[in-house]
Amino acid sequence: MTLTELANPTRFLSLATRILPWLAIVTGVLLAIGLYQSAMAPDDYQQGATVKIMFIHVPNAWLSMFVWGVMSVASLGTLVWRHPLADVAAKAAAPIGAAFTFLALVTGSLWGRPMWGTYWEWDARLTSVLILFLMYLGLIALWRAVEDPSRAARAAAVLTLVGAINIPIIKFSVDWWNTLHQPASVMKMGGSSLDKSFLIPLLVMAVAFSLLFITLHLAAMRNEILRRRLRTLQMLQASKPVALP
Amino acid sequence: MALGPYASFIVTSYALVAAVVLILIVWIAIDHRRVRARLHELESSGVARRSGRGATDLT
Repeated sequence: MTLTELANPTRFLSLATRILPWLAIVTGVLLAIGLYQSAMAPDDYQQGATVKIMFIHVPNAWLSMFVWGVMSVASLGTLVWRHPLADVAAKAAAPIGAAFTFLALVTGSLWGRPMWGTYWEWDARLTSVLILFLMYLGLIALWRAVEDPSRAARAAAVLTLVGAINIPIIKFSVDWWNTLHQPASVMKMGGSSLDKSFLIPLLVMAVAFSLLFITLHLAAMRNEILRRRLRTLQMLQASKPVALP
Repeated sequence: MALGPYASFIVTSYALVAAVVLILIVWIAIDHRRVRARLHELESSGVARRSGRGATDLT
């Protein structure tokens, strides 16, 4: 099935409905494996057992940026190719991305208190992620504030693409500025500096959370398509002539 | 599995992630039911799409 064929919302609904149960099962199994491996992982020689927070903090932090990336591609689809599902994809992803960003901030904070001695520090990484969270909330508010979906879609697409500037800032903030947040240790030149006993559970959790996002996103997109059909039917109902007595 | 002196931070982190993920799942599921119910309600009152197909038809 090509991307052009998927542009048909009915075909997308059919595909999503067929694959969602399977995706949910695979996600659940992988999450269970990841949680088991996280529980069984040894303590770190410096962090002790708090290293376990990393197994949920890092996947959420990755996804907070990845989801904005997905929304940026979808925004290009809205503005350049006018793909019928592009706006649906972006709108459905925003609350999920906001949730992942919120979790990245809070779990990071809960790790920071025992390790850094503070819940929060206005350093470049933490501040840029907080800005990302506020941008997600701004986008959700924008979609809710503008009643016409096509006008809201264009405004949101422009805002998303402008906001995409923040993604490389988040990624490279630890290299560009002197921050309390440690530099990249998984994806870096010369390979990961993590021991296998930490790397494997972390990667399993990252894949599991990515599948969780795909599952939730497909389900939310399906809801959004149905909501637009509902809006169309409501407008048809409102435009029906009323029989006078 | 001993979590050491910072057990409360670890348990709170996992509990919070579980709660937020659960809220997302439940919210999406409730939204799906609500929209489908409203669509069926409208269709059964005689409002139909221009194509004539049901709003939740997958073919």
